Amino acid sequence: MTTDEILQGLFDNTLIGNAPAVKDLTNEGLAMGMDPETLLYDALIPSLEEVGARFERGDFFVPEMLIAARAMQGALDILRPLLAETGAKPIGTFVMGTVKGDVHDIGKNLVNIMLEGAGFTVYDLGVNVAPEKFVEQVQEHEPDIVGFSAFLTTTMPMFKANINALEKSGLRDRVIVMVGGAPVTQEYADAVGADGYAADASTAVRLAKALIENRRSAAAPA
Amino acid sequence: MQTTIESRSRTVVIGDGAPFCVIGERINPTGRKAFQAQLQAGDLSQLEIDVAEQVAGGADVLDVNVGDPLADEIELMRAAVPMVQGLTDLPLCIDSSIIEALEAGLGAYEGKALVNSVTGEDERLNLILPIVARHGAAVIGLANDDEIPMEPERRLEVARKIVSVAGDHGIPPQDVVIDPLAMPVGAEPRAVTLFLETVRLIRDNLGVNMTCGASNTSFGLPGRHALGAAFLAVSQSHGLTSAIMDARARECVESVRATDFLLGQDEWGARWIAAHRAKLAAQAAQAATS
Repeated sequence: MTTDEILQGLFDNTLIGNAPAVKDLTNEGLAMGMDPETLLYDALIPSLEEVGARFERGDFFVPEMLIAARAMQGALDILRPLLAETGAKPIGTFVMGTVKGDVHDIGKNLVNIMLEGAGFTVYDLGVNVAPEKFVEQVQEHEPDIVGFSAFLTTTMPMFKANINALEKSGLRDRVIVMVGGAPVTQEYADAVGADGYAADASTAVRLAKALIENRRSAAAPA
Repeated sequence: MQTTIESRSRTVVIGDGAPFCVIGERINPTGRKAFQAQLQAGDLSQLEIDVAEQVAGGADVLDVNVGDPLADEIELMRAAVPMVQGLTDLPLCIDSSIIEALEAGLGAYEGKALVNSVTGEDERLNLILPIVARHGAAVIGLANDDEIPMEPERRLEVARKIVSVAGDHGIPPQDVVIDPLAMPVGAEPRAVTLFLETVRLIRDNLGVNMTCGASNTSFGLPGRHALGAAFLAVSQSHGLTSAIMDARARECVESVRATDFLLGQDEWGARWIAAHRAKLAAQAAQAATS
């Protein structure tokens, strides 16, 4: 098999969520001496982005998205230690959770996988996460970004409660806050004082990178 | 066991031989950007359409949720409840996660309402059950606490706890309707089999009535109404006695009424046949006017 065939095979099999094939092709590519980063950036991430685009268009449905993400996760499990070995520093650290009172996690889980694929270290706190828990985990992991997910109009107010809790603990200035979820809008994100909002998983990853870059360049001595 | 819910002039019975109770879910801003904007502007006029469509679709009870974080939900609820009661005599299900909004809705309601909802978390039980008791309402209890158990036995335990704590507050078991938690089968292949097992366990061990958010099951999938219809039929046969569902979806409502008949809850198919005649009459009336 040529390296091009490996990349094409990874792309195609991630797209249809064929996890065993993705795992085999990843191992095969590595055995052929291919770069872990090439496998990730030239096949896996573009494939998952295509999945996201098809989902946005209504051509793909939730199960297809989830099995594609799972297939990519299998490859990431193999690649992650290798990427760490090459000294590639994580692009950033993310603490993520669905807000208190809300147990929806499909969207959040997809964003997590996209973030991990893009090189973030993600600490997923799960669903129904209380403000105190967010505070505790931000203290413990000192992430670049904390992400709040809400699927219901009735649980969106927890964004504000979480931000207030961060402020009270003196952590608000030390972490970027991103929010998202089906009913969330840019207007609402601004109203609660979040630093970023994205409507879908790929945009969330791009925005997360941009926000971290802004903060680091602002913090750097002139 | 029978749960009764009442408006000024109508009583709806859930369970024990009564037809499956269709709770219309449409009055809810989740996923409705235009409705959200109206609510933020204090405009409730959309309710006239939502009520009419669900009544026409065959709803037995209407859920009322006017929650939007950029709107004054408490005042909206206080206004929405009498407005809906002026539009229909169906009993209502007052739906909010904000305690003050539940109180405002119950305060404005004439009759015996259903409250949506409480979970098995101590904090929520202690906040919501006294209000339910004070207003003599019935309440939906979600079979989860701070997490959603993925084992039917654990959901049963949460349900048992809710029924027990409700009793401590003077709310009898017949006024607790348990939600065994319908989850998207597109995200978890076992979601529905787990659900069905939970329904059976709750029916056999607690005997209380059950409802669920039926539309959750088909989230993110094509052919949602066909999936909903099949889900409702199979759930009903396992012991589900009500669902919060899209009463405008003919496939789903017809599935429920057909299953009533098939399971012996519509003797000789009297309601099934009457519905057929009503449909023919409506078609004839429409043909005559067009």
